[in-house]
Amino acid sequence: MARIELVDLAHAYRPNPSAPSDYALRPMNMQWDDGGAYALLGPSGCGKTTLLNIISGLVRPSHGRVLFDGKDVTNLPPEARNIAQVFQFPVIYDTMTVFDNLAFPLRNRGWKTIDINKRVQQVAEMLELTSDLKHRASGLSVDAKQKISLGRGLVRPDVAAVLFDEPLTVIDPHLKWLLRRKLKEIHHELKLSLIYVTHDQVEALTFADKVVVMTQGEVVQAGTAQELFEEPAHTFVGYFIGNPGMNLLPCKINDGAAHIEGSVIPLSPKASTALNGANGKTTLGIRPEFVECEFEQAPDTTAATVTSVRNLGTHYLAEFKLGDHTIAAKLRQLSASAGDKVWLRLPTERTLYYVNDKRVA
Amino acid sequence: MKTYNNRAWFLILPVILCVAFSAILPLMTIVNYSVQDILSPSQKVFVGTEWFRMVMRDSELHGALYRQMIFSLSVLAIQIPLGILIALTMPAQGWKASMSLVLIALPLLIPWNVVGTIWQIFGRGDIGLLGYVVNNAGISYNYTGDSIDAWVTVLVMDIWHWTPLVVLLCYAGLRAIPDAYYQAAKIDGASRWAVFRFIQLPKLRNVLMIAVLLRFMDSFMIYTEPFVLTGGGPGNATTFLSQYLTQKAVGQFDLGPAAAFSLIYFLIILLFCFVLYNWMQRVGTGDKK
Amino acid sequence: MLLALENVSKKVGAEDHIYPLSLSLVPGTINVLLGTTKAGKTTLMRLMAGLDRPTEGRVTVDGRDVTGVSVRERDLAMVYQQFINYPSFTVFDNIASPLRIKGVAESEIKKRVTDMAERLHITPYLQRFPAELSGGQQQRTAMARALIKEAGLLLLDEPLVNLDYKLREELRNELTDLFSEGKTTVVYATTEPLEALQLGGHVAVMHEGSLLQSGSTLDVFNAPNSIQAARTFSDPPINLMHATLESNGTAQLGSGLTLQLSPAQMQKAAGHKEVMLGLRAHSLRLAARYPDDVAIEAEVELAEISGSETYVHVHRGRIALVAQLPGVHDLELGSQCSMYCRPSDLFLYAPDGALLFAPTLTQAGV
Repeated sequence: MARIELVDLAHAYRPNPSAPSDYALRPMNMQWDDGGAYALLGPSGCGKTTLLNIISGLVRPSHGRVLFDGKDVTNLPPEARNIAQVFQFPVIYDTMTVFDNLAFPLRNRGWKTIDINKRVQQVAEMLELTSDLKHRASGLSVDAKQKISLGRGLVRPDVAAVLFDEPLTVIDPHLKWLLRRKLKEIHHELKLSLIYVTHDQVEALTFADKVVVMTQGEVVQAGTAQELFEEPAHTFVGYFIGNPGMNLLPCKINDGAAHIEGSVIPLSPKASTALNGANGKTTLGIRPEFVECEFEQAPDTTAATVTSVRNLGTHYLAEFKLGDHTIAAKLRQLSASAGDKVWLRLPTERTLYYVNDKRVA
Repeated sequence: MKTYNNRAWFLILPVILCVAFSAILPLMTIVNYSVQDILSPSQKVFVGTEWFRMVMRDSELHGALYRQMIFSLSVLAIQIPLGILIALTMPAQGWKASMSLVLIALPLLIPWNVVGTIWQIFGRGDIGLLGYVVNNAGISYNYTGDSIDAWVTVLVMDIWHWTPLVVLLCYAGLRAIPDAYYQAAKIDGASRWAVFRFIQLPKLRNVLMIAVLLRFMDSFMIYTEPFVLTGGGPGNATTFLSQYLTQKAVGQFDLGPAAAFSLIYFLIILLFCFVLYNWMQRVGTGDKK
Repeated sequence: MLLALENVSKKVGAEDHIYPLSLSLVPGTINVLLGTTKAGKTTLMRLMAGLDRPTEGRVTVDGRDVTGVSVRERDLAMVYQQFINYPSFTVFDNIASPLRIKGVAESEIKKRVTDMAERLHITPYLQRFPAELSGGQQQRTAMARALIKEAGLLLLDEPLVNLDYKLREELRNELTDLFSEGKTTVVYATTEPLEALQLGGHVAVMHEGSLLQSGSTLDVFNAPNSIQAARTFSDPPINLMHATLESNGTAQLGSGLTLQLSPAQMQKAAGHKEVMLGLRAHSLRLAARYPDDVAIEAEVELAEISGSETYVHVHRGRIALVAQLPGVHDLELGSQCSMYCRPSDLFLYAPDGALLFAPTLTQAGV
């Protein structure tokens, strides 16, 4: 169990970075509490794997320090940091049985056989591998192998943190469910610090207490699933989180209202004050889950035309044209078809405003 | 996977013709000769399996076969582990890797009779560096007179010549192992030996299979190097199978028995390779599912 | 192209890779092959393409038997999981390659390639090599190369699986637009039920080499004809509970839970004493919405919050349920809660797995 701190951490491939593009990881500060589950979420190339490797010790950062429980571990190799890492593909010792795989780290540390047996049984039970203990590890299915990889990390009682590098990439959707749940249960039981890297938002949001959203080497927002979903601090977070992502519409602010190509969306007094004198690119953001659709005009609605309606089994996904822009909405029910004229309501408490991509209201 | 495109047959026709002329027709010729007594190019008498029986009973042949087996097994026992060891110590990237690859590969580039000549001179007691140094160190070393010395010299020459092949194969095999395995082993606190035993060796299995097969076949058929070095001597101490066969066929012009012997030789190699291959496959059965 | 498989099966040695199945592909729409990793989707696609020959059965195109015809003679294009492009050709040459093989004039090639690149948003990369591009761009190049052929059959084998989640979403939307025009028959293999739903069209559900069900995607989703089909085609997993029926229409589920079935359900279940009840995760709610909603008291095991939805795992005695709730619900572990559902939303399956009753098209729930 460890409290992990990143102090002025940055990583550049060139010795004297000047422009932001020279950095693989832009300077950041972060504290992660002991026993928490954290996710690093972002698209390919955003730097999340680099950050994970810096925490695990496989990569030495070019600037800044990494502290475990206040101790500077920046220069320590992985084996000295007491961490465990689970990779994208299962890493197991082919020639050994499942039992021997799990016992391997303990044998290397010179544990007594009796203690090894007890601990391995305990971990195997947690991961539901008990029936496979005597089998050769190489003959098992992929998800079982990933469990073994994970088990090897959990088997050491003094492990400070378990780091995951996109571990469910090779797993089928049905098994992903079970493994995700298993990870959460293990987290509850062992109270370990867990850091999880992924580009899949569902994995990140369901797994972590706090999610760190990254893009192009920069940490854009760190917060709970609710915060990221309901109050994204950056248009990137709005776009990246949510399926589909947030509707982002460029607008102009005038007379206490947002103008989008002829449609006028009134601003709440709070938003109006915040946007007063705003200089720069203004964007209106609203999540498809919150857009409402009416068939009659009402005082707080705007006219739009339906461009497509799709029944996705559990909900309908509709797209509307508002001037030149498209708005998507997720609705429980919609009996309309392409070409229909409707009125959309964008609830003020769910409509967010961004100036130069940063949230203002 | 089957393709039902007859055009494919036309594309491989040239290869079939080449293989036919260079391998199949000569093989048929040998089969033909092996059942005939060839007194002169125009006088051939059918003798059935007589040559085969004679060859099997030939005690000199038994001796050559015995020596050959010892030689091939020694070669495998030394070159495979040595090759793995050298491949493990070679750098993985950068200019040092390229340089070590080139240096290691040099012995492979030398024509085989030149290899024999190099070691022949090298081992001489009067002008050879090796011979001179060893004799001066107090060990009496004479590869032309002493059988043991001849054996050791032939072995060392072969090791020097062919271990690089094993090294190159293992080196390629090692580079194919993803980094994550080493990282995981580091995190597990595994010792260097454990990393070798549990990660590198299992992952090298396919490569080693190729290396063992190649080295076995080549060493079983070896001719040029020992012939140039020792001429098969002293006496017949280093006369291996192929040299014996050549003596019979070319020296004594006994084409019939020579042909019979060739066929048996071919079948022995085929049998050994088959057994070896299956054994190695079975050793790794747990992996292949 | 009207592609049909008639009683096609594939055996490799002693193993059955595909059990005998018949399938007709519908042109002008996306035909999804849905199943887990070893279900046989890739094998089936290879049979459709002519890369493999079926052990038994026929493959027909527009009524003509093409079972023995080699791949080169067939009019098809394929896109793979691993972004496959000619590494020594630029993107332009990659996309142009099928046209060059056909012998199309250079001027025509230039026009068509630029058009296609525009449609797939890779115009800025036309002079680059595949190795210099990101995964998404490489896959777009592969798709452009496949589409420009305007082949009668287009096969896509899990093409988006090696891409980022967000990129996958974007490409999926583009794909539905790209394929809605044209007379190409499109076959798309995937392991994800949600992807099948988003692509629409038709679906063929496979499991361990057998074709479980095929039909329009929404029809199959709303009425999976067997328990295995229901399992394969649901994400989150469908809740399955065993129940004993009484003559008055009550279903005893054990752990003190009884549900009253509707007359329609009773009629379909007539003659069966033991049934399996299926309930989709989004049919469970935290508050009653309909007059015939029934409350199920249960204990919360786990709440997975994904922002737009919360997946709540509850149990009551030995019955375990997963509910998909819209919005964020921070339910505490071990707390008691009431889950509401309509008994008429339950699927009924006979003990041998056959579908007895499927709820009528309910309003989709968010």
